[in-house]
Amino acid sequence: MKKFLAGLGAVSLVLAASGAIAGQPTPWQLSFQQPASDMMESIIWFERYTLWFIVPITLLVLALLAWCIVKYRASANPQPSRTSHNTLIEVIWTVGPVIILLFIAVPSFQLLTAQYNPPEEPTMTIKATGYQWNWEYEYQDEEPLTFSSFMLQEGEREAAGKQDMGEFPRLLAVDNEVVVPVNTTVRVLVTAADVLHAFAVPSFGIKVDAVPGRLNEIWFNATREGIFYGQCSELCGKDHAFMPIGVRVVSQEQYDTWRAGAQANLGDANRALMASIRDQDMNVADAGN
Amino acid sequence: MAGAAAHDAHDDHKPTGWTRWVYSTNHKDIGTLYLIFAIIAGIIGGFLSVMMRWELAEPGIQIFHGLASIVYGYEGDAAIDGGKHMFNVFTTGHALIMIFFMVMPALIGGFANWMVPIMIGAPDMAFPRMNNISFWLLPPAFILLLISMFMPSAPGAYGVGGGWTIYPPLSTSGQPGPAMDFAILSLHIAGASSILGAINFITTIFNMRAPGMTLHKMPLFAWSVLITAFLLLLSLPVLAGAITMLLTDRNFGTAFFDPAGGGDPILFQHLFWFFGHPEVYILILPGFGIVSHIVSTFSRKPIFGYLGMAYAMVAIGAVGFVVWAHHMYTTGLSLDTQRYFVFATMVIAVPTGVKIFSWIATMWGGSISMRTPMLWAIGFIFLFTVGGVTGVQLANAGLDRALHDTYYVVAHFHYVLSLGAVFAIFAGWYYWFPKMFGYMYSPFIARTHFWVTFIGVNLIFFPQHFLGLAGMPRRYIDYPDAYAGWNLVSSYGSYISAVGVLIFLYGVFEAFSKKREAGANPWGEGATTLEWQLPSPPPYHQWEQLPKIK
Repeated sequence: MKKFLAGLGAVSLVLAASGAIAGQPTPWQLSFQQPASDMMESIIWFERYTLWFIVPITLLVLALLAWCIVKYRASANPQPSRTSHNTLIEVIWTVGPVIILLFIAVPSFQLLTAQYNPPEEPTMTIKATGYQWNWEYEYQDEEPLTFSSFMLQEGEREAAGKQDMGEFPRLLAVDNEVVVPVNTTVRVLVTAADVLHAFAVPSFGIKVDAVPGRLNEIWFNATREGIFYGQCSELCGKDHAFMPIGVRVVSQEQYDTWRAGAQANLGDANRALMASIRDQDMNVADAGN
Repeated sequence: MAGAAAHDAHDDHKPTGWTRWVYSTNHKDIGTLYLIFAIIAGIIGGFLSVMMRWELAEPGIQIFHGLASIVYGYEGDAAIDGGKHMFNVFTTGHALIMIFFMVMPALIGGFANWMVPIMIGAPDMAFPRMNNISFWLLPPAFILLLISMFMPSAPGAYGVGGGWTIYPPLSTSGQPGPAMDFAILSLHIAGASSILGAINFITTIFNMRAPGMTLHKMPLFAWSVLITAFLLLLSLPVLAGAITMLLTDRNFGTAFFDPAGGGDPILFQHLFWFFGHPEVYILILPGFGIVSHIVSTFSRKPIFGYLGMAYAMVAIGAVGFVVWAHHMYTTGLSLDTQRYFVFATMVIAVPTGVKIFSWIATMWGGSISMRTPMLWAIGFIFLFTVGGVTGVQLANAGLDRALHDTYYVVAHFHYVLSLGAVFAIFAGWYYWFPKMFGYMYSPFIARTHFWVTFIGVNLIFFPQHFLGLAGMPRRYIDYPDAYAGWNLVSSYGSYISAVGVLIFLYGVFEAFSKKREAGANPWGEGATTLEWQLPSPPPYHQWEQLPKIK
């Protein structure tokens, strides 16, 4: 227990120190992860919007129950009424919910429609294939690039240069992230090779099942640079909890450099990319001083 | 009381010893058997859930590698992998046991068997021998499921770890061992038991009502059981078909769900949820009926909007059949299909709202005594509302994209089932216990049971909303450290709820050992349905002279 609390403290310290690392959950979080796409912002907006209906309804039910319990307790109201019908009130509590549902339905349908209609035609396509228990990514360019992505084992941190538990959390960090350029509409084709899996990245607001024999299509457009994590979201066997999804969003130049290098040597390209991001962060920090 | 007095004059002979129970064709004895069965299954299913919460109390793998080496005899590192699979076996077992062997036997087998014939003025069920086989199919089904937990499944692992939804290919090529076949057979038998029970209830309710009791005068609990029976009758054969196809895919080389042979894994999901969604209404509708009676009894008022209440349940049952794919928004359904299922799902909120408001209106202007069953019933109304409104959120496919398969869904369905259906079961238990067994329980113990359970289950499930919003997926044995806080709270809630179960069991023991006579009607003039006109416990055969309903 003590160890656990200490660990919790350490995690929050790390998070505080590294500022807005947002592509992952935070301790005692109450709502969604920080959005990194317009789509996720829309989802968050819609969730807040529904709360404006459901919280008052729940409180109303609670208040009415409390009112009845107090006001109509046997000692205060020994003679019960015999009322068992009131057409007007029955019509009101049938029609009222219908109207509330209409208010929810209109933005709901807009949100749903938007999820299937990207504002621009995707400019790049990545195929994600779920395996027991890792993901395989294929960049469907003229010269396809294919690599596997496994969860980062604790023993591999040093060799991979991923000792920072804030940026590379346990169970979320992967050995090879998917790298995509920022502000680019990316099409993801999702399938599975053995059993069902699901490809999900909460910060982008995407989740789609990986089904053997099917190709499901989704798209996202990341609006911020950074590293964004998701986890397999369809039960796939014993290591279901241990096949995370890591997406690194970088500038177009960094992406181009990485993409050119990755074809020859993925490991070197990844290391070069990390170094380039570190330099960039340092420069920002310097500029801040 | 005239009917009961006439009874005593007759030879009220009943079989004795084990034949009374094993050969029983008496709806009350069979109801009692069902209740005992449900309590045992509930303890086992609850044990599985506390083990899972213990595991999830802290990040990392805490107990399942140890549990796996004790139960299955793994050695060394194999215990970790065995433990991971075992966790999935526990989630699967917990769900199947709670659904098929706890809630359904308690509400339909237990309370409905006991009370529906009495309430409609019938001497027994229409098919008493079929009633016997309905019950006695359940223990073998349960034993098959328990055996499956110890049979080989995935390579090097034991037990069905595919979730209660048993989606292929994880339930076919993913787990080739015999465990899944045992579970499938268990579901077949439990399903057959439920179909027989459903036929029995439909026939009884349609044909054996006392003179003068039209359908529109029938108590709401009987209405709820009638609708539930229709849902069972129409949905369970679809499950039976789906799992039979699963069985032949596994063992006889068919390829219904195997894309390599031209099949489709998604087809199974459609079939499963065509059963699975009505199933959740099967779990909750009898609870609606029970709560209606209790609210009316303890408010000393007739049900507000009786016909609206009855037809709201009919509407929920009917619409419940055309919303199944809202469980499948992320499977790659077309945009139009998703739009339809969003719309249809939202419709269900309307009759559900009618029910909630009618319960409150029944209390309004009443003379309310907050006795134990009322406490549970009001707890039910509030907690079911909480679960209901999150259901309205999840109905929206656009939002469900972010919440599907996260703990938000876990919180939602436990609010409507674990806090809804289970609170209704306990409400019914404390309402009818004096009638069924003739003894009064200790109200103090029963109230303590309520408050401990209320605090415990809310501590378990409310924080799970936060975990779900933060993105924590379901069915995970281990989670990123950021989720630790709310998981710990949730686990403490689970331990508190387990204490609640112990208090419940002690209360039952106390009631039977103190033997406080309850009398025919301990609840006063608010209790108007026919069961309160009989002595407690009712005679072995009731209504030899049929009651006349005005």
